[in-house]
Amino acid sequence: MPDGSHTLDRRGFLKVSAAIGGGLALTVALPSALRPALAAAEASGFAPNAFIRIDRQGLVTLVMPSAEMGQGIYTAEAMLLAEELEVGLDQVRLEHSPPSDALYANPLIGAQLTGGSTSVRGFWAPLREAGAVARTLLIAAAAKQWGVDPSTLKAQLGKVTDGKRSLGYGELADAAAALPAPDPKTIALKDPKDFTIIGKPAKRLDSPDKVNGKAEFGIDTKLPGLKVAAIAISPVTGGKPKAVDEAAAMAVKGVRQVVKTEESVAVVADHMGAAKKGLEAAAIQWDDGPNAGVNSADLIRQLEEESKKPGAVARNEGDTEKALAGAAQRLEAIYQVPFLAHAALEPMNCTVHVQKDSCEIWVGTQVPTLAQAVAAEVAGLPKEKVQVHNHLIGGGFGRRLEVDGIARAVAVAKQVDGPVKVVYSREEDIQHDMYRPYYYDRFSAGLDAQGKPVAWTHRIAGSSIMARYFPAGFKDGVDADAVEAAAEPPYAFPSIRVEYVRVEPQGVPTSWWRGVGPTHNVFVVESFIDELAAAAKQDPVEYRKALLGHNPRALAALTLAAEKAGWGTPMPKGHGRGVMVQFAFGSYVAMVAEVEVAGDGSIKVHRLVCSVDCGLAVNPDTIEAQVQGGSLFGLTAALHGNITFANGRVEQANFDTYLPMRIDEVPVVETHLIKSAEAPGGIGETATAAVSPAVANAIFAATGKRLRSLPFDTDLLKSSS
Amino acid sequence: MAFTLKINGTPHDVDVDGDTPLLWVLRDVLGMTGTKFGCGLALCGACTVHVDGQAVRSCQTPVDSVGDSAVTTIEAVGDTPQGKALQAAWLELEVVQCGYCQSGQIMSAAALLTETPKPTDDDIDAAMSGNVCRCGTYQRIRAAIHKAAA
Repeated sequence: MPDGSHTLDRRGFLKVSAAIGGGLALTVALPSALRPALAAAEASGFAPNAFIRIDRQGLVTLVMPSAEMGQGIYTAEAMLLAEELEVGLDQVRLEHSPPSDALYANPLIGAQLTGGSTSVRGFWAPLREAGAVARTLLIAAAAKQWGVDPSTLKAQLGKVTDGKRSLGYGELADAAAALPAPDPKTIALKDPKDFTIIGKPAKRLDSPDKVNGKAEFGIDTKLPGLKVAAIAISPVTGGKPKAVDEAAAMAVKGVRQVVKTEESVAVVADHMGAAKKGLEAAAIQWDDGPNAGVNSADLIRQLEEESKKPGAVARNEGDTEKALAGAAQRLEAIYQVPFLAHAALEPMNCTVHVQKDSCEIWVGTQVPTLAQAVAAEVAGLPKEKVQVHNHLIGGGFGRRLEVDGIARAVAVAKQVDGPVKVVYSREEDIQHDMYRPYYYDRFSAGLDAQGKPVAWTHRIAGSSIMARYFPAGFKDGVDADAVEAAAEPPYAFPSIRVEYVRVEPQGVPTSWWRGVGPTHNVFVVESFIDELAAAAKQDPVEYRKALLGHNPRALAALTLAAEKAGWGTPMPKGHGRGVMVQFAFGSYVAMVAEVEVAGDGSIKVHRLVCSVDCGLAVNPDTIEAQVQGGSLFGLTAALHGNITFANGRVEQANFDTYLPMRIDEVPVVETHLIKSAEAPGGIGETATAAVSPAVANAIFAATGKRLRSLPFDTDLLKSSS
Repeated sequence: MAFTLKINGTPHDVDVDGDTPLLWVLRDVLGMTGTKFGCGLALCGACTVHVDGQAVRSCQTPVDSVGDSAVTTIEAVGDTPQGKALQAAWLELEVVQCGYCQSGQIMSAAALLTETPKPTDDDIDAAMSGNVCRCGTYQRIRAAIHKAAA
């Protein structure tokens, strides 16, 4: 039985916090028809059944520990449960989990957090165990009723049968509930060869409501007496509203109230049309505060200077200094990646109802327990008094790992009588994001006379998200995320030194962004290794293969992608192929990009060929979808993504200045899944990390020009005609 | 001002300023939240509805410009042959990820198929490039439009 879910992770913070997570409470008690709602049950310390409820009518409710933001996790987690519970996916209904680290923590993280491509990895074992425990009890109940040995019975499609007669799960629910829960460790999980659900492409359970407008995102919350609020947040971090024309705002038809907080002004109205008009009428003037002078040039200069100093050592093997000194050829390079916004299509929003001794929030969040905690803090209530209603998320990409939007909404709602839905405009959403940090990387490498690397040094300078978010992941000056996929590149180097320099950008909040550490590091590592191959005058695929002898899964992924892409076959002038390979999020991915660079420097990506070894595939169709979507998310950033600052303000505002990829710009993405019996790896962020170096290397192949900064500067490619 | 809007075949009376975008009337006044807010400037297409069969961005459509025109939203587009075929193709090819943009995608695609029953890839690019999908479902959107047109 492949089950490496507890040893798979390579992320520092996960390693650190996995210990805290421990196992999940797997008490299964049935049925739930007469039980209080889970949230209430939890508050009273009664935790009967974290994931499964079956009522007397046989209705199977599966409670989803992770958050659904498009990655397909609700379907994958339902598949894990249904496989062992022996119910069809068409027999279940899903529920968002209420906030509870005790019941719904991802074991790899130790908190109820959806991120880091950890959901299937973390819940692969516990959800199957939960399903198997329930199935075992249902079979035992039937055996008792029929007075037979349980081993003579089997469960399938929501029934227990002995071959002749059968009992539905609903009919067995009461009896099963009365049985003592078995130790999950003694429960037999199904042999993968008997899987009927896992590994087969499954229809997403959330799709039907997403094509007819019925799906409910946080922004769709409807409540009696609900008002909506448009919010303006100080354009400079740390600024305050100085003057507000409340009378003008109140004069707008439909406006009910103007609310000021320390850092924002909100106009509460009957509908958002009135709220926005009122906010404009309020003609807010700001006191910009201490960050009024922040600008990109200074932030980058600071990174450049700090990156010249030695950093905290993330990895040091062999003697890089000596090896560099004795190298036949020596290379140096500087790489830079910009601040990025998430720009999920559902703008930041949160609906809040604060009452004297309670607070309810309706929101889509990747972190329900943090949401509860911050709402409690801002409302001045104990956590137990805060109810969180989680929702489908209209794009997460890491943004909803942060609760700043919830804090702001509660600060407004505290001053409003009745429920209020605070919705950011697109401009507020982009200008008050928490940004993927700008990183400034310095490399050097030494090659021997045959072109083989003898030394590899890499110094990363940039913000530490870990230090703020997961202090345990920031140890001895090293941010485990900032060096992920850099400290352990897939290649065997005789000597390697990787350092990290923490540099916090003044006035710029930073946070997780799809692909986290690897999205930055895979770009720089896979670009620089390509530079080594070029310096060695060797084929980029062959050069990598020679360094992957110890790494058979990476080697196999690379070989497959190259083969499927027709690596080495001729291409027209101005076209080029680039390759990359990575190990990140517990999965191996290789990608070949086919790119055309026109005389004016414009870049057209024609095709992305991606091989994926993510271990045992739970829902192959979702994996393909995540490779397609993840590639485009990374490619969008590589081609267009750039958040810049002037006078303390973000210079981009909407989709005309922070450009999303559109359908006419999209390459064909081919996904080749490698069959594997290894424990599942993560998938949602892998291709996001993979795509930018594949394209950068293809641009080099097409033009001979090495672009070391993102987004790609097409001006630098102009003379290539 | 009072307006009577014909939405999905049913008249609705609303009392709002005439420059109020149709989007907010649908979502906040009438509670029809299938139509989404994405950008407010007609840059993303999430708010696409049909006015007399034409795809329009409801965030930039003042309610006083609608008049007696028939408004169709995602909630009712499945009653049209194009909408029905598109929803079926969307499900068969598993287009959606987060799903937030898909109301607008389907509304734009339905208007396209009404005008151009057998669109080419260029037709699809032209009709659909105003609709942003941050999850990157474009490849399947294209395939699903072709499938619905087949």
